[in-house]
Amino acid sequence: MIGAGVLRGMGVTFKTLLETYPWGRAILRTLQIPVTDGIFTIPYPETKQQHPERFRYFPFLVYDGTPDNLRCVACKICEQECPPQSIHIVMEKDEQGRPVKAHGRTLPKQFDVDMSICMSCRICVDVCPFDAIEMDNEYELSASDRYEHMIFDKHKLLKSAEYFQKIKPTEAATVDQRLAAKKAKTASPTGDKPSQPSGP
Amino acid sequence: MELKAGISPTIETQQLEVNLGPQHPSTHGVFRMIATLDGETIVKLKPVMGYLHRNHEQIGERITYIGSFPFTDRLDYFCAMSNNFGLALAIEQLGGIQASERGEYLRVIMAELTRLVNHTAVIGFLLNDMGAFGTPLLYAFREREKILDLFEAASGSRMMCNYVRPGGVREDVPEGWLERTRAIVNAFPRFLDEFEKLLTENEIVQQRCKHVGVLSKELAMNASVTGPMLRASGVNYDIRKVDGYSIYPRFTFRVPLGTVGDVYDRYYVRILEMRESLKILEQALKGIPGGPAISPKGQAIGKAPRTFRPPKGAAYGRIEAPKGELGFYLVSDGSPQPYRYHVRAPSFVNLTVLEDLCIGHKVADVIIILGSVDIVMGEVDR
Repeated sequence: MIGAGVLRGMGVTFKTLLETYPWGRAILRTLQIPVTDGIFTIPYPETKQQHPERFRYFPFLVYDGTPDNLRCVACKICEQECPPQSIHIVMEKDEQGRPVKAHGRTLPKQFDVDMSICMSCRICVDVCPFDAIEMDNEYELSASDRYEHMIFDKHKLLKSAEYFQKIKPTEAATVDQRLAAKKAKTASPTGDKPSQPSGP
Repeated sequence: MELKAGISPTIETQQLEVNLGPQHPSTHGVFRMIATLDGETIVKLKPVMGYLHRNHEQIGERITYIGSFPFTDRLDYFCAMSNNFGLALAIEQLGGIQASERGEYLRVIMAELTRLVNHTAVIGFLLNDMGAFGTPLLYAFREREKILDLFEAASGSRMMCNYVRPGGVREDVPEGWLERTRAIVNAFPRFLDEFEKLLTENEIVQQRCKHVGVLSKELAMNASVTGPMLRASGVNYDIRKVDGYSIYPRFTFRVPLGTVGDVYDRYYVRILEMRESLKILEQALKGIPGGPAISPKGQAIGKAPRTFRPPKGAAYGRIEAPKGELGFYLVSDGSPQPYRYHVRAPSFVNLTVLEDLCIGHKVADVIIILGSVDIVMGEVDR
């Protein structure tokens, strides 16, 4: 019969219609028809979606304790490896051109990430030998100006290690473990300095 | 003036040139077709592409091998995982890298999930092009969203996954992920049954699709069309079977074939392919071993991309992407950057037969023929 296929198809849409409402789901259950989960939409921004732990957006810089004690040593590996080249780093140097050290490490004078270019690929996190850069899950970053607001400088990027532990507990635990192992190794007299990266 | 049959000789007619696109909702991106019409019938059709050209290949020659991975996500943005997989295979061939066992299984699981994502979406869009606005597309997207949630949990991003690496995958899947995947894979056949009930026997779908845009076996082979489109024309060619890359020879699955090669066959072959993908997924989820998700050499490359200097030579890694044969051709000169980086994009090659499919059909048919070819402009223009 012509039209039977269309009618059967309409049955599927009618079932989905019933699934949308609580009373419809009750009818389906009494008829013992399997019911799929209900509504998928979330009334944003009143309620927000729960993101999985690995959800990544833009990178941020990690500091331990105080904001001047940042893990980054301005080695420029992430600047080199960033596929869209959104990172710009200048090392802190004194008048003679020698690197300034704080907490026994060199540090960046300037650390800019252009968020309008960044494509959230996580390669900077993968290549960082010091676990100084991590991915944030803050996503409400709309701004009216591209250069004023979308280029994040060092102060805007700095976030504490506690914040990292809060948003990504599993990943932070493995990073802390790795750093503790490294610290124990450098504390011993045989500990060697991390090797310098080769040029491009 | 030359007169066409069926038109009374007293009326003088002329052919009309119509631009479809580049800003047209049914062209799946910024794609333009210059159609020459005789009344409503297509006599000539010239595709114009290049509006989304982003210089992918040249960029790939200026950055490291690993640096190209996030760009491959943006080739065919529906199938980020399988694009990563193709490049990873090419790099593995070039550098002689062995992938870890668990990594291989995870990659196959991701690639097959991607096939489900792509085929559900493309069928939804095909129906959208036919005039069934919304309903089938949103049913398809509801299921697609569940799989994208899996991708997000594993890689951190729904669509731009950047997850597969030479030697395995970037990081192991989180706890409980495999159980969630099993639940979704087990529930998927029910959705497919429902979806088929809605569409396969629908008389309107059949009348719109049957014997429209017929691609003959000979033309399909001569134009090196690949993927579901080739198989809908009845050519048994699946790279998973022919090449047996990765660990595909371990799984039992069949290659569904069409008989006519029209739009309806291309739709139905995709439905059947999803069912075969589910079979592979079931086997892979059952047999997935423990151990590291990436081999030590692969991990070293991921940590320091510039230390990876493959020996001089060339490699071609290809996979059966949801749209067809996706190949990455790499030439190394011994430096950290590839000397030549070329992508063989399936949608681009499949699009070359568009004019042959469209001639003789009406304007409304052109839209569904284009929908059944399954193109993504990110991949066509690169």
